[in-house]
Amino acid sequence: MRKNKKIDSFILAGGLIIVILMLLSLIGFFYTPYEPNKMDAASKFLAPSLKHFMGTDHFGRDIFSRVMKGLGTTATVGLSIVVISGTAGAILGLLTGYFGGIADEIIMRICDMINGFPSILLALVFISVLGSGITNVILALGIIYIPSFTRIVRSETIKYRNYDFVKSARLMGVGSIRIMFVHIFPNIFSTFLASVTVGINNAILAEAGMSYLGIGVNPPAASLGSMLSDAQAYLQSAPWYALGPGLTIILMILGFSLLSEGIRRSSC
Amino acid sequence: MKKANFNLKKSLLMLITLTLTVALCACAGDKNNDNEGTSSDVTSQAEPVYGGSVVVGVQQEFDSLDPHLATAAGTKEVLFNIFEGLVKADADGNVVPAVASKYEISDDFLTYTFTLRDGVKFHNGNAVTAEDVKYSLERCAGILDGTPLIKALSVIKEVNIVDQSTVDVVLKQPDTELISYLTAAIIPAGYDEQATAPVGTGPFKFVSYTPQEGLVVEKNEDYYVEGIPYLDEVTFKICSDSDAAMLELKGGTIDVFSHLTSEQANELSTDFNIESNGQNLVQGLFLNNAEAPFDNEDVRKAVNYAISNEEIISFVSGDEGYALGSCMTPGLSDYYEDLSDAYKQDIGKAKELLAKAGYPDGFDMTITVPASYQFHMDTAQIIVEQLKAVGINATIEPIEWSAWLSDVYTDRKFQSTVIGLAGQLAPGYLIARFETNAHNNFINFSDAEFDEVCAKVSTTTDQKVKIENYKRMQEILSEKAASVFIQDPPLLVAINKKLAGYKAYPIYVTDMASLYFTE
Repeated sequence: MRKNKKIDSFILAGGLIIVILMLLSLIGFFYTPYEPNKMDAASKFLAPSLKHFMGTDHFGRDIFSRVMKGLGTTATVGLSIVVISGTAGAILGLLTGYFGGIADEIIMRICDMINGFPSILLALVFISVLGSGITNVILALGIIYIPSFTRIVRSETIKYRNYDFVKSARLMGVGSIRIMFVHIFPNIFSTFLASVTVGINNAILAEAGMSYLGIGVNPPAASLGSMLSDAQAYLQSAPWYALGPGLTIILMILGFSLLSEGIRRSSC
Repeated sequence: MKKANFNLKKSLLMLITLTLTVALCACAGDKNNDNEGTSSDVTSQAEPVYGGSVVVGVQQEFDSLDPHLATAAGTKEVLFNIFEGLVKADADGNVVPAVASKYEISDDFLTYTFTLRDGVKFHNGNAVTAEDVKYSLERCAGILDGTPLIKALSVIKEVNIVDQSTVDVVLKQPDTELISYLTAAIIPAGYDEQATAPVGTGPFKFVSYTPQEGLVVEKNEDYYVEGIPYLDEVTFKICSDSDAAMLELKGGTIDVFSHLTSEQANELSTDFNIESNGQNLVQGLFLNNAEAPFDNEDVRKAVNYAISNEEIISFVSGDEGYALGSCMTPGLSDYYEDLSDAYKQDIGKAKELLAKAGYPDGFDMTITVPASYQFHMDTAQIIVEQLKAVGINATIEPIEWSAWLSDVYTDRKFQSTVIGLAGQLAPGYLIARFETNAHNNFINFSDAEFDEVCAKVSTTTDQKVKIENYKRMQEILSEKAASVFIQDPPLLVAINKKLAGYKAYPIYVTDMASLYFTE
């Protein structure tokens, strides 16, 4: 591993975008310029102005306030999904990679099965069984993304399992669990982190997609995807409606993509 | 690694596409702004010109061209121009003689006697005979092969030919509102190619049909009404969705299109005449009267006081909807009573009633809404906001349409729902459902007086008594606050400015016979 003296420019740019967006969504939990669900017939479809930064929607609600709230929802969902699938994926990957054997075979074949389906389709099946709603979306996508993390961690673990420092640790009588988490995991952490940022991207896009299809958050609550879905009907008459949430999604994805690309570049 | 690259590229691509789309939309949007209302003063009453051809945009594929087998409203809308029944609907919602020139109903409502009109010909040139009428009605009623094609007509026991121009329809049990279902098409006896080459008696005759493209009809020269139709040819063109239809309207490839949203209508109002009329649909927040807290009349009244119909209409229907106060629409003008002012929004009164009912701090409730109906979803969101003002905390539960039908409509497992009830020509179709034991009384409304009046209405022949009783039924629904009746949403139709003579119907049809070019 080669250590970089100065921080990678991708990490810097990506990190900056993410920090700004996260700040915006954090503020959104406590304060928004307007009440995000307050309807006002008099201010329907106002174009962006100093008063309404991103304009107003078909109910006269301030789009910027809703984007702040929606950003919080979307980011929470994206992060929760990755926490679930990342944790489970890392543990499964370490165990299967380290021990191998019949359990490894079985778990990897199950992963293959899950990977065989398009993730949105699989999520739709989960949702139709569990019912719609934000927690079920998190649960469904959380489970579906486990295999992608398992695979990465497993292949890295197999690589490190046969390294001399692992062998020596084993000869010294260090327990398997300790070897996995203290000796192997720190070494594969940067690879894992890069895949986590990609995972966050996929999760955010998937949540936006699910909300767009009307099975994510329940209205009037806002998520970026559900706002985009509402905005579609008014693309011609009020194009700014789609612009607010759409640009925010793109910025967020761009930020995380830059971040993961940067991490990957500076670690290899 | 590969994935990261892909995401990066994808997000850049998305950025570019979105920017371009928005830029293009902005260009298109500017032209059409700020031109609301110009359409109303262009109702040209110029002299009709005969001839010409018109293209009508329709939104869905036809399920069957056989008038007795077609069930989709969108198909019936079109077939109205090709087929006619013994009687047909007119623009005022009345049932007027068509293939029959007059009819009599026996006092016991068991025999309907029709006298056939002279000189009515099928599109194949043959005159309509009593045998054709017998065949058509027996086919609908299921006498021919056991399965009734039109359920309401299954009360027909037999159809007797009295003489060449008189037919008796005998019923199994009395039915006072059967006449509005006898609009069922009269077709040639024994003709079995209706699905591919339909033959009827209507103002237009079938020319050709291409799946996924459309249906072409031409003028029926032998139509029994003098002077109509005006147009030589009408094409019903299938547009995949309303966005596609918008483009075709703007491009000039279609002349008439209904079911526009209020935004679309605004956008088209400079280049088209926009007609707006009721849909004969009762949209409401329906409260399950058997479910707490809506089993309490005061709570239902409080909800009625909390909700402003006007605000909902201004948000979702662009101010064009008709505010309702009970379960009947203005389209059925003879029976309609305007009760829309019964519960003017009054937050103070609503809170008072809630306190009286034992909910001084409001309560939590769920509104189940079919997710695919954006119109109802939007309405539900406004209701949530309005209820907040009186302390009622409502949450929306989006549900799939088929789940709505089974859980809400059939099993009645719901607290409240936003939906539209579609009306027909028979006024009872909308309102008789609130009779305590009616199979479709999905809100579990129960009121002794209502049941009594409802029973009365189905046994009377006197139109006056009938109207009186229907009005009383509407009043009871309003007095007991059975639910929150919101609006009859507008049916917005864009029509080429060169065309005139459009007739708005209280049922779901597009009548092409009255349309004509003005130049």
